[in-house]
Order: sequence, then structure tokens, then C-alpha cells
Amino acid sequence: METTSSYRIQGATGEWEVVIGLEVHAQVTSNAKLFSGAATAFGAEPNSQVSLIDAAMPGMLPVPNKECIRQAVRTGMAIDAQINKWSRFDRKNYFYADLPQGYQISQLYHPLVGEGAIEVTLDEKDPDSAVKRIGIERIHVEQDAGKLMHDQHPTRSYVDLNRSGVALMEIVSRPDMRSPAEAGAYVKKLRSILRYVGSCDGNMEEGSMRADVNVSVRKPGEEFGTRTETKNVNSVRFVMAVIEHEANRQVDVLESGGKIVQETRLYDPDRNETRSMRSKEDAHDYRYFPDPDLLPLELDDAFLEECRASLPELPDAKRKRYEGDLGLTSYAAAVLTAEAETARWFEALLAECGDQAMAKAASNWLISDLFGALNRLGLDIEHSPVSPKQGAELLKLVADGTLSGTLAKQVFEIMLETRQDPGVIVEEKGLKQTSDTGAIEEVIAKVLADNGDKVEQYKGGKEALFGFFVGQTMKAMGGKANPKVVNDLLKKALG
Amino acid sequence: MTELTDLGVAAIRDGVRDGSFSAREVATAFNDRVAQAKALNAFLVETPDHALKAADAADAARASGDLKPLSGVPIGMKDLFCTDGVPTTAASGILDGFTPTYESTVSANLWQAGAGMLGKLNLDQFAMGSSNETSAFGNVISPWRRKDGGNAPLAPGGSSGGSSSAISARLCPAATGTDTGGSIRQPAAFTGISGIKPTYGRCSRWGTIAFASSLDQAGPMARDVRDCAIMLEAMAGFDPKDSTSLELAVPGWEAGLSSDLKGKKIGIPKEYRVDGMPAEIDALWEQGIAWLKDAGAEIVEVSLPHTKYALPAYYIIAPAEASSNLARYDGVRYGLRDLPDGAGLQDMYAATRAAGFGAEVKRRIMIGTYVLSAGFYDAYYNQAQKVRTLIARDFDEAWTRCDLLLAPTAPSAAFALGEKSADPLAMYLNDVFTVPSSLAGLPAMSVPGGLDGQGLPLGLQIIGKALDEQGVLNAGLAIEERAGFTARPEQWW
Amino acid sequence: MSVDTATVKKIASLARIAMRDDEAEAMVPELNNILGWIEQLGEVDTSAVEPMTAVIPNHLRLREDVVTDGNCRDKVLANAPQAEHGFFAVPKVIE
Ligand SMILES: [Mg+2]
Ligand SMILES: [Zn+2]
Repeated sequence: METTSSYRIQGATGEWEVVIGLEVHAQVTSNAKLFSGAATAFGAEPNSQVSLIDAAMPGMLPVPNKECIRQAVRTGMAIDAQINKWSRFDRKNYFYADLPQGYQISQLYHPLVGEGAIEVTLDEKDPDSAVKRIGIERIHVEQDAGKLMHDQHPTRSYVDLNRSGVALMEIVSRPDMRSPAEAGAYVKKLRSILRYVGSCDGNMEEGSMRADVNVSVRKPGEEFGTRTETKNVNSVRFVMAVIEHEANRQVDVLESGGKIVQETRLYDPDRNETRSMRSKEDAHDYRYFPDPDLLPLELDDAFLEECRASLPELPDAKRKRYEGDLGLTSYAAAVLTAEAETARWFEALLAECGDQAMAKAASNWLISDLFGALNRLGLDIEHSPVSPKQGAELLKLVADGTLSGTLAKQVFEIMLETRQDPGVIVEEKGLKQTSDTGAIEEVIAKVLADNGDKVEQYKGGKEALFGFFVGQTMKAMGGKANPKVVNDLLKKALG
Repeated sequence: MTELTDLGVAAIRDGVRDGSFSAREVATAFNDRVAQAKALNAFLVETPDHALKAADAADAARASGDLKPLSGVPIGMKDLFCTDGVPTTAASGILDGFTPTYESTVSANLWQAGAGMLGKLNLDQFAMGSSNETSAFGNVISPWRRKDGGNAPLAPGGSSGGSSSAISARLCPAATGTDTGGSIRQPAAFTGISGIKPTYGRCSRWGTIAFASSLDQAGPMARDVRDCAIMLEAMAGFDPKDSTSLELAVPGWEAGLSSDLKGKKIGIPKEYRVDGMPAEIDALWEQGIAWLKDAGAEIVEVSLPHTKYALPAYYIIAPAEASSNLARYDGVRYGLRDLPDGAGLQDMYAATRAAGFGAEVKRRIMIGTYVLSAGFYDAYYNQAQKVRTLIARDFDEAWTRCDLLLAPTAPSAAFALGEKSADPLAMYLNDVFTVPSSLAGLPAMSVPGGLDGQGLPLGLQIIGKALDEQGVLNAGLAIEERAGFTARPEQWW
Repeated sequence: MSVDTATVKKIASLARIAMRDDEAEAMVPELNNILGWIEQLGEVDTSAVEPMTAVIPNHLRLREDVVTDGNCRDKVLANAPQAEHGFFAVPKVIE
């Protein structure tokens, strides 16, 4: 499913194409760990969320957490993947201080989720931007490792096992991406889907989502080159930086007659470079075999049906519905559906409006006014000082002519500050717009009288001055006049 | 009156119940006997206080009329079961200083049933061995001696050699064992006692130090079949903490005991007639057939065509699983740490594991690591698991023709310590009759059948269908009644 | 398949067991003896056979997603050869 990608690295010997595959580790949202009853919450005291199982005490045994399996299945369904009703857990054997068992329980031979795909758009603001399908080879469920800390003691590293045994989904893409931008779009889209599904909070700063970035380069049309894997890259920006850096490094190596070694690398964001990981030198012989402590995982139809029934409307479907049923622009639909929280907020707002016909107004207000304000305040939409109910009330006041656009903006600013309902603000501050024709006519008469010269010019054909009279009238009315009424009355007065 | 330490589980239970003696008297008598038997090296840790405390609870329970199934019975605990607050080593240096903060399900079940603990029993290191010569704490000596007057110290069998030695020397009326490829049955046979490995999944593996997860099963060892039934009832049961635990109620095996085998068909697997088997073993087998006929059973010959491949399959699967199960012993969280000057983390691992594991454990880790290493998985491990399927199918096929199988437990009587330890393969071959049923997860039991020309015990093995412990125990009882095995080692220690 | 000293050393390194050259050499015939013997499995035609997955027919039970464990740092660290500030301590690791 190669589509054209114009991204090329210009080397001394010509153009190079970059081939990218990502293995995204996403922490499954669950209360307890994958194989033990210890908690998963972030930021706890070291080794406080560790059971004897997570510490791999002698004789301890794993028992799988149903919710982790369920969330992985739902995720698989959300990417249209094959769900394997028969899967099993394997042990990946290697020695490291963050891996108490001496093996990670993972799935190699029979993963829970098979082939699927997601569609990414390189520029969501551009309705004509190309859509690219990125294949997903598999999703398997596995344990996270603990954490090693190197900077607390001059000669020792410290081991915290709080993360040890937390459930991860490893989402393995096909090597279908051809540019840093595509990889970035893929991670963002994947993150969006996971958050819609509710299977991962997508919090990259806290390590809930991180990517192993596989990069190789080739001359366009040639066979895949040897790839390197850069581990645990924890932001979209870094994923793109790693690809850019690693691709250029590989081109340099190849063009100077060298060979790419298949190896594990580490990204240093401070220096923006990758380097070979010494600790993974002999990591290529993991001696995988089925975990004899666990039986095969067999899922029945009822379980799968529940998983499917509990899936929410996903971003692609939602976007199409917003465009089709609500008549929103494709840009607005894309913005509103990119994040589950935004869509949820928008739909609550629309529900409070009680009228689908207000969708456009609601969408405009949310995207320009609310987002603008939140941006300014450095808040995300979940922490908006204005509730959907309040937003809807404000929109309704505009729709019924109580507030002009200008007044609505004023009321909104006060809402942000005081968190008061718009109705209360309008009452208290007397910000209601007037449609009282008598009062408006009086003001118009005065404006026309004060600007006799301009009236002459207007009547002489300079129709652009109409706006000037509107402005003067509105100004004299303190912005509270109903603009439509002002328009009508002015037209009448000017003949 | 017979000595209290000559009594078995049922006799102690009943005696405490009817007031013939107090549980404290029993515990004290066994504690003393344990303390005097250091020459056997059967116990790694003695826990007289644990036994006394349980005994006092039993005596109080009798007074208040709520005795439990094992009230007043002190037992030995193989040191593969983690015991809260009591050092647990699996007889390995790598667990030097390790004291669990938790109790294995099997031992917890036994304490729950009223039993007390006399101590932790020696074993082959990590249960890897058939002679108890791989323990980091020295060989266990069998209380038995050959009639030849040479007094060569004999192997008590393995890996549950501390258990077998202690029971046959009357240091405890019963003990726990674990059986991965024969580690309950072979030592039982070597020392003239009984032992049953139940169906895989009957006894929880939680808190039992793992050797090979898909094979390990706990089971009781005792002097007779009834005592095994009583012990197994207490040890077994569903455990949600073990994913491979069977979600089934524990049958009343003791109540179900019956040596009437009318209507039962006993299969004699022809492939178990191996070349070079001592005539005495063959004769005992014939005798066993006669006893079972006498008990009303019909005898049929059956074929288990893949028998010859069971041992090599076992010696791929068990070491492979062990190589991974034992990766956790790395000197980071518990047990031995060997940190040479200037060593990094990986050097520390290698030094710790080199210092902590014994030769046989290392050998098996090496084999297991090799057969799982890149490029070999299909040829070794996967092939072995396929052969295992065929072995299980052989048994299924046999069950269409019979209800139980009768075979010798081991191809020889107890050998002398040191006799086979130089040749690992010769040692492995000792498990030829016990390994196939382990691979298929089936219940199997060894009961004493008689003595060989040197006056050493020989065992007969009964193998049953999955979950048919009752059938196995009943056939064992039929043999026990007819064999009238009363021989016991003369006390020399 | 037979192993040589270099292979034995490689396996020992994978298994993290420090082994001197003489120890590795001594292990060569021992392992070859055992490997030669287990290789008879190759004789068995298993082309139509699935590898065993469950010893006794049984299904994998799943736990409810409830926090029932953890919060026992003292137990977790009780046997640690070296524990400091609530952590296990190991020689410094260079990644
Ligand atoms: Mg990876
Ligand atoms: Zn992974």
C-alpha cells in the first residue's frame, strides 16, 4: 500500500527514501496490574505498588486481569483488526535489573490481536489532504518492566518495581510510513483512538505511551535496508526528530561506505541524537517459549460481543457524521473529533442547545472563542471554566437576539472570570441588546443629524458609508442595539 | 504400647481424638526423634516450636470438641515449599538467607487442617536429581542398608529424599513431596513407603519454588495408602492464585478407599519391559499383577508406543522451563549476592549464579538455555511438546482398554551414594517409569511391594486417568493389603 | 548438533553463569552426551501433531480488575541483599 511520499533525504549519491515502522507501547488503563492485584497509579512511593508476584519472589504465579484483556480486544476492534479467540502468553527471557522474573510475559507466537490498520491524514486542516492507510501487524499484551534510577548514588543504581507488571499493549505497525510527518500523524491518530476507546490515557509525559522507532533508508524502489530500533521515545515531536536524525545518520554511514548494524539505540533529547545501547548488546536471543504458568487464553463470543457493544463512536465515523448530519466543514469536523474530550464537550454543548440546527454556531464558538480562551489560559478542555451548559445558554442568548456578537464576547469574558451563568451576567450588567425601535430611531436621527456631510456623500452614491452609520449608531447605543434592527431602521431613514 | 513415633497419620489422628495420648506427647516424641537423627541429614531446619504450637492447638481443640482433619499430626515439609518466617532454600546456596514473608498454599492448607511442622526437609537442589546428592547442604542418607554388611550409604531417592528418609526412619509420620518427573514416587520406592503424585492442577503451585511449571505437582508421602489419602485431601484444592489449578472440589479420598477391584481393568504397558531390567523388578511386577487379579481386577496388556521418547522429551521440557524459572535468582531482591570488586550488574548476575547454583542445576540451566536459544526452538522444545502430545494420546488410547496401569516405580532398588552421580545420563534413566505419567499430568502412586535380594525395598507404581486419584489409591491399597510390607530399616543412626 | 567450548561459553553467558575455560571445556562432553541422547526425538513424526498447551484440559481464568495486593514494601524488601531509601540497590548500570 505504498502511496507517494515526497519526503526524501538528499545525499551525495542521490535521493534516499526513509522506511519507518513503529512499535507503540501503550499502558492499558486498569486499576490493577496485568498479573497481580497491585495498583497501577502513577507517582506512588517507590516499591509501594509491588506485590510479591511483581517482585518475582520464589513460587509466585501470574493470574491475568480480565480488564486488561478486554481493553486490548476493544482496541483491536477499534482498528478493525482480527481478534484471535485463541492466544497465549510467552516468556521473553533476558536479564536486567528492572525485570525481576528474568523474563517478560509477552505474546510472540499467538498474539491477542492480529492484522488491522488505521487511516491518517497529513494535514487535518486541508480537506483535500491525502489519507494514508498504515497497516498494523498485531497488538499483543505484555508486562511493563520496573524503573532503574541512575542519578541518586555515585556507584549504584536504584530499582523501583512500581511499574513492574503493569499491563501494556504493544501495537506493532507495518513498515508503511515514509516520512517523519507520517509517523507523527500515525502516533497522534493512534493516541486519539486509544483515548476514544478508553484503553490508554495516552499520557506520553508519564510514559503511558512510548514508541520504539524502527528506521531504515533505501534508494527509492530498492529493497528495504537494515533497520535500527530506537527505544522508548516518549513524544510525537521526539518520534519525528529520531526519524530525521537516524535517517540522516544512516545515509551518512552508507554514503561513506559503511554498513548499518541492526541494533538497539537510545534517543537523547537534550543532544537530539541517538546512540547505541550498551545494555542491549546481546539482546537478540530472547529464548521465547510459551509461559508454562499460564494456559492458553480462550475468548468466547459473549465476551467479544460485550467488547464490541461497549465501543464508542470512533473519530473517523464521528467526523463523517459531523460533516454529513451536522453540516460542519471538514476542518471543523476534524478539529472537533481529533480528541475524544473535545468531541465529548461539543456533543454535550449541542445537547444543551437542544437544537441540531445550532451545530454550526456551536462549532464556531467552540473552535474560535472557547479554544482561544483555553489556549490563553493554558487549560485543556476538561478543565474549562465554562461548562457546556453555560456555553449553550450563551449561544441561545445570541440566537434569540438577546445578545449581539459583540455583547456575547463581552459576556463570555466575564463568564471566564467569574464562572457565572451568562443569563445572570446579562441581568446584572444590563448587557441585554435592545430591539426597541423607538430608542434606536432616536439615536439614528441624532447620528444622521450630526453627520450631515456624510449623509450627503452617501446619497451621492458612496454606499460604503452605510457601515459608518451602523458603527456610530451601535457606539451611541453602547453596543446593545440589535444590529439587524439597526440595519433595517438605518436603511429606512436614509431612504 | 508401641512408640508414638511408630504411628502413622490415621493412628495419631484417631489416638488424639479418642484421648489415647495428647498431641503434645506426639509432637514431643517426634521432635526428639528428629533431633537424634542428624546422621541422616534429612532436615535442613528443625521447627520443634511449630510442631508444639500446633499440638497444643490440637489438644485445646479436642477439649472444645472441634478437631480438624490433621489435628495433632506433626509432619515434615519439603524445603521447596515457602514457609512464612522459616528459612526456605530449595537446598540451594542461591537462596542463602532467604526467609519467605508468605506461606505456600499447600503448607497453609496443611496448617489450616491442624497439622504442625517438625521442620524443613532436605532435597535435591531445586528438586533436580534422583538421589538427593545435589543438595547444597549435603547428601541425605537413606536409613536402609544392604544386607551385604558393607554399610555403604544408600541414596534415599530424589528429589524428595529428605521426605522419604525421614518417613522411613520414623522421624515423621508423613511429609510433603513434589514430583516433577518422579520425585515423590522414586524416593518412596527406594525407602519402602508410599507416595502419590496427584493429577496436575490438584495441588496449588503457589508458593512452591518452581522447577518445571508444567510438570511440578505437590503430593504426600507417608507409610501407607490411607495416610496418603488423608494428607492429599488436606493439601489439594482449588487455588485462584494458581492459573493452572483445577477448579474442582476435593473428593473424600479416605472415605472412598476400597481394595475391592472387581470390574476394574488393569493395563500392563508392554513398553515398560525395558532391556536390562533386574529380574527382581520383573518378578515383583508379576507379583503385583497377581495381587491385583486377586483383588478382582482383570489384567490386559496395553501399548504406550511413545514411551521411549518420554525421557528425552522430559529432558528438554523440564530444563527449558527451569532455565527460565530460575532466572529470577540474580542477587538483586533476595538470596545470595556475589559482587566481585568493580563488577557491573551483569557480572554480578553471572558471579552470583555461578556461586549459588550447584553443578546439576547449572547443567540443566545450560541445557534449557541451549534448547531454547535462537534457531533451536522448533527442533527441540516444540518437537518435545509435540511428542508430549503423542505420549498423552498413548495414555488416552490405553484408557479405552483399561482403568489403571501397573508398572514398576523404578528400574532398580536404591543405589549407593556416589554410584551414579558421575554420569548424569545414567541418573536420568532412573526416572524412566515415572516420567511418562508426569508428562501427561496423570495421577500416579508408588507403594512398597517387597524387598530385593539385598533387603532393599522395591516399589510398584499405579497410574490412573486424570482426576482418578481414588482409583489409584484403591489399587494401591489392594497391593498394600496383599504385600503385607512391614520391613523397616534397622536403626543405626 | 554438538557443542564446542565456545558454544558452551556463549550459552553460559546467555544464562548468566560465570564459567572458567576449564569448566566450560569439562562441560562439552557432558552436554554433548545429553544432547546426543535427546536428539532421538527427531525420529518421531510429529508433522500432524500440535504441541501440548494444557497438560490437563483446563481454561485460563481471568481476575477481576481490583486492587487486592501491593502496599507491602517491607515484605518486598525484607530479603534484599541491599536496599536503600525504599529501593533495591544494584551496581551502577550504564545504558
Ligand atoms: Mg520493541
Ligand atoms: Zn514490548
